[in-house]
Amino acid sequence: MKDIAESTLNLIEGFRNPAHMRALSKLIYKESKTPIKIMEVCGGHTHTIMKYGIIQLLPKHIEFIHGPGCPVCIMPKERIDAALALASSKDVIFTTLGDMIRVPGSKSSLQELRARGADVRALYSPLDVLKIANENPTKKVIFFAIGFETTTPMSAAIIDKTLKEGIKNISFFSNHVLVPEPMEAIMLDENSKIDAFLGPSHVSVITGTKIYERVCEKFKMPIVVAGFEPIDVMEAILKIVKQVEEGRYEVENQYIRAVSRDGNLHAQKLVDKYFERRAHFNWRGIGDIPNSALKLKDEYAFLDAQIIFKDLIPKEHKKDHKLCICGDILKGLAKPYDCKVFGKACVPSSPIGSCMVSSEGACAAYYKYGSLLKGRRV
Amino acid sequence: MKEILLAHGGGGDEMNELINKLFFKSFSNPILEKMEDAATIELKSPIAFTTDSFTVNPLFFNGGDIGKLAVVGTVNDLVMAGAKPRYLTCGFMIEEGFLFSDLQKIVKSMQDEMEKIGVKVVAGDTKVVPKGSVDGVFINSSGVGEIVQKNISSHNIKAGHVLIVSNEVGNHGACILAKREDLDVETSIKSDCALLWEPVKALYEAGIAPIALRDATRGGLSAVLNEWAVASNIGIKAYEEKIPVADEVRGICEIFGFEPYEFANEGTMVLALKEEDASKALEVLKGFEVTKRASLFGVAVKEYEGRVILETPWGSQRFLESPKGELLPRIC
Repeated sequence: MKDIAESTLNLIEGFRNPAHMRALSKLIYKESKTPIKIMEVCGGHTHTIMKYGIIQLLPKHIEFIHGPGCPVCIMPKERIDAALALASSKDVIFTTLGDMIRVPGSKSSLQELRARGADVRALYSPLDVLKIANENPTKKVIFFAIGFETTTPMSAAIIDKTLKEGIKNISFFSNHVLVPEPMEAIMLDENSKIDAFLGPSHVSVITGTKIYERVCEKFKMPIVVAGFEPIDVMEAILKIVKQVEEGRYEVENQYIRAVSRDGNLHAQKLVDKYFERRAHFNWRGIGDIPNSALKLKDEYAFLDAQIIFKDLIPKEHKKDHKLCICGDILKGLAKPYDCKVFGKACVPSSPIGSCMVSSEGACAAYYKYGSLLKGRRV
Repeated sequence: MKEILLAHGGGGDEMNELINKLFFKSFSNPILEKMEDAATIELKSPIAFTTDSFTVNPLFFNGGDIGKLAVVGTVNDLVMAGAKPRYLTCGFMIEEGFLFSDLQKIVKSMQDEMEKIGVKVVAGDTKVVPKGSVDGVFINSSGVGEIVQKNISSHNIKAGHVLIVSNEVGNHGACILAKREDLDVETSIKSDCALLWEPVKALYEAGIAPIALRDATRGGLSAVLNEWAVASNIGIKAYEEKIPVADEVRGICEIFGFEPYEFANEGTMVLALKEEDASKALEVLKGFEVTKRASLFGVAVKEYEGRVILETPWGSQRFLESPKGELLPRIC
């Protein structure tokens, strides 16, 4: 009996076939004449592009601009400060997903707080929150709900279970954000130089490709939803190249093995049941984007940590470090190498800016995988 | 005796009972049994001397336990320095309430490993600490051995030297990760935890003089290669498709967003060799169960001093960085 890890591998190995990679590279070289700047919206794609050296397989006139699709990177300092305030309050168990524990707020990080004795737990599975709450009935368990449309259904599922199981000691600090709104905000910036979007993988599994149709129409630009494997990305680039060369602009789906136009309707329904849009959310580096984030609906205010603990949560916006250019990087106006502190004062072990924190952040990906691009900068 | 009590570390009768019933019985040898304040040993110089502390959760895992890990870890460090391992010390820090039967299992696996290559524990110490002060049991072990192969050093690698890894990488790290109770992944991955003395001795007997040897423990293959690149001021070029990684380990990495090259190993070493020694070395290594998957995967180069370059199967390249921070799973 093969185990789950092995069968996962069998599922992906075909999408890393060296012969197919080379063949796709050749085709792109053959088809592509016009210079293109592609924004990969999602941090997962930034990771794939850097890890697998995709840029080295493409003609020089195809350039990548790394988008705002890393949930850790776009979190403004005041939200981290709020998380720190929640995590340091009495009788609280503060639970969070992976990388979030390393993100610096204005004074500290969750990781540092944990070392000083706060009960901060990095979860492998979000559903563990339920177990933690049941095992610690005298504690107040707060779930740091973060992420794009991919992770929101998980938070909704936890809320659903919390209510159904009658668990009284869980609350949710929602920082869920949406993909299409920042895409639009970036395109509305007059400095924007983007010709096409590589659409996110996992987000699109939930939402379907329909959420990109508005941006595609409004800005007349190709959008191709792609999987996270190197062959997925190469094939999606080929599709973008063809659209550009043929003068077309449409939403295309390369990731057909997982994504449909409508997406996962069950997950969408669950999210709609508990969440609604916030009028405003401050994106780190980008600033306020209206309707770009989700909060718990008013009828579930009794689960909303932001309301329950409202006296603890700092109100004012915090400025980013003055040398940090994460904002310009997230908007595609600069590359990590353009930053004065990149790789010097700002490294993954002591990040100044959020893009260096998460493994999905553009700066962390550049730092980790470097720029071995045979004489080219990315 | 069902559970270890604070009294077992108190220096009185209870402690003597624990020592006599368990440690002396298992580790028995004339040097230990003299029960002096310090062991008296005889060795040919030069010697190699090392120490390591072991903490692992879970204490028992597929392919070993903390006891086996302590012996293997200490012995392998001696072997990597060109030494024939001879004597070990062993200090236990035990949490009050720890099951005696578990301690017996741990001591038994230490004994089993030591018997394989004839090393002995010649000094020991036991402390019992209040509940919550340690996670079950911690073991510290120092080891000493006689140098039989000189000039093995991470500083001596030059451009043109080739690199061999002795086994699949990442098995131990992936096995421990999968066994953590909060992860809930069922898998058959087995730790590579194993002594490396026999294969290394066989290399010497075949007339091979390794330039550098390192067991790829914490930080995994990435850490070893980056340390070597810096220490010898060379670039290291590694070919991804030549680095053996078990399918299950790659699968775990895919699910959680890790790199197998950053996972710990406990019985896998990296060797830097002269190019002309490579094929003979591979032949020798393939003759042992614990190194039969050995693979030539890289070469030291003049360019990119201090950096490790990983080449993908389709010819693009990237830096392989040394691991940083906690291993945290990706968010989405």
